[in-house]
Amino acid sequence: MERLQSVHHVIVILSGKGGVGKSTVAVQLALALRAQGRKVGLLDVDLCGPSIPHMFKLDGQSVHQCPEGWLPVYVDKEQKLGVMSIGFLLENNDDAIIWRGPKKTAMIKQFLSDVHWQNTEYLIIDTPPGTSDEHITVMENLRAFNPDGAILVTTPQAVAVGDVRRELTFCRKTGIPVIGIIENMSGYQVPSLFRCIPIDLQLSQGLEIGKEVSSAPVMDAIQEVAKRLIMLDKDLP
Amino acid sequence: MRVNIALAQVVNQQERWQHVKVAPTSLCALLCQRSQTKVGVLDIDICGPSIPTIMGVQNEQVHHSASGWSPVYISNNLAVMSVGFLLKGPEDAVIWRGPRKNGLIKQFLRDVDWGQLDYLLIDTPPGTSDEHLSIVQYLSQTQLDGAIVLTTPQEVSLIDVRKEINFCQRVGLPVIGVVENMSIFICPKCKKDSYIFPPSTGGGEKMAADFRVPFLGRLPLDSRIGKCCDEGKSFLEEVTDSPATQAFVQIIHKIQAHCSQEQSSRETETGEAMDEG
Ligand SMILES: Nc1ncnc2c1ncn2[C@@H]1O[C@H](COP(=O)(O)OP(=O)(O)OP(=O)(O)O)[C@@H](O)[C@H]1O
Ligand SMILES: [Mg+2]
Repeated sequence: MERLQSVHHVIVILSGKGGVGKSTVAVQLALALRAQGRKVGLLDVDLCGPSIPHMFKLDGQSVHQCPEGWLPVYVDKEQKLGVMSIGFLLENNDDAIIWRGPKKTAMIKQFLSDVHWQNTEYLIIDTPPGTSDEHITVMENLRAFNPDGAILVTTPQAVAVGDVRRELTFCRKTGIPVIGIIENMSGYQVPSLFRCIPIDLQLSQGLEIGKEVSSAPVMDAIQEVAKRLIMLDKDLP
Repeated sequence: MRVNIALAQVVNQQERWQHVKVAPTSLCALLCQRSQTKVGVLDIDICGPSIPTIMGVQNEQVHHSASGWSPVYISNNLAVMSVGFLLKGPEDAVIWRGPRKNGLIKQFLRDVDWGQLDYLLIDTPPGTSDEHLSIVQYLSQTQLDGAIVLTTPQEVSLIDVRKEINFCQRVGLPVIGVVENMSIFICPKCKKDSYIFPPSTGGGEKMAADFRVPFLGRLPLDSRIGKCCDEGKSFLEEVTDSPATQAFVQIIHKIQAHCSQEQSSRETETGEAMDEG
């Protein structure tokens, strides 16, 4: 896994429930960090339901091999934002990945060890919902690299189901710091956690067609998260 | 196997999204309310069980008896089983890899004493992995009616759902039909409709047509339903005026029609009534 050594910061996006906006947050955060001049990588370990390629309008792209390993697919010409997802390895978009745990684990290990991220500053890892094979594998293999931590995404509805509390327990048990909690699609105001992102029709419409959205409220919220991340970084010794 | 599943079984292949919360609960609540249909709900989302909260029984525990684990009864014809009933509290996380999850699913199927059931609804997590493979494999000897696939209208969700249908086809699980949830948003204040999730690629109906599977209907997003679910109430009783309620009734009729048709064709095939699973 030496290739990860050159990455400065690793941030994992987690949620207990599906559909709360993990991928959306991962994508927006990557864009916000890039907008602040950082080189960003986005690794999608949602093997059964990868949505990152579509959100960047990269469906149908494939991964190239170089002597140093797998090259991420870059969103921009300047190669400031690179993406790796199982979606790039599928022949047909509708194909299901029908794998049990051990095969998923092997694939994720390969993603963590074989992708050539070059000198990426921030690596954001988007995960499927839950606390199972994918998450355990990511945590186990990241430990040696001192990941910055996890961002937990939830919605006002999912809070009721206790998903955040379970994720907090997961982070404590696997020893990954919690950077913060983002409440996405806040319809009504809830006491501020890390940051609330309002539900925004422009955003879901933009993501539908893989367009970068500049919706003010969402962008404000995300930019602030990005700024805070960079600040956190400055506070470190 | 001690599972005593009579008549029909429905495997509910849930797709990712909060509607996971709404659909099965209300389906069974309705089934039960309207008739004396006996329904069991088995939650095999081992790492993210939400059924207990939705059904308002999050503080219940499972009881062991001579005949196995007894499910938690919501009413005398609606029973539920979930890993949630085995946890110490809401913060307890189930950090398990596949084999342990499969072990518990097997135990649920073997040891839960449902009594007589007309329908068993199985709520699954998103994906096409251990839980899905195991449930299909363990139930391969029983009469599995098929899967109900849930989606939301937008492409981001349809991408996953196409994979789910591809999974069903590859493991030979019939697709009873596709339900599109959160098709429109009904504002609780002004009662105006709007789209939150734009059906930019034709939504669930077109996808169903592409795969030649039945389209069962659309459910509007009514925040009052979400609220009822959070509080474990049946929205069919609380929110009688919602268009979502009518839509649910129609979808359930289609599912019931499908199951009884399946059953009668099985009966003619075997020449006997099926009252034992
Ligand atoms: N703040 C928001 N406003 C409007 N729509 C949103 C917002 N956040 C997410 N969405 C929409 O919600 C849907 C689900 O989001 P997303 O795919 O990011 O969730 P996820 O947690 O990654 O889901 P999964 O568990 O399937 O991986 C998408 O259609 C997305 O466009
Ligand atoms: Mg996602």
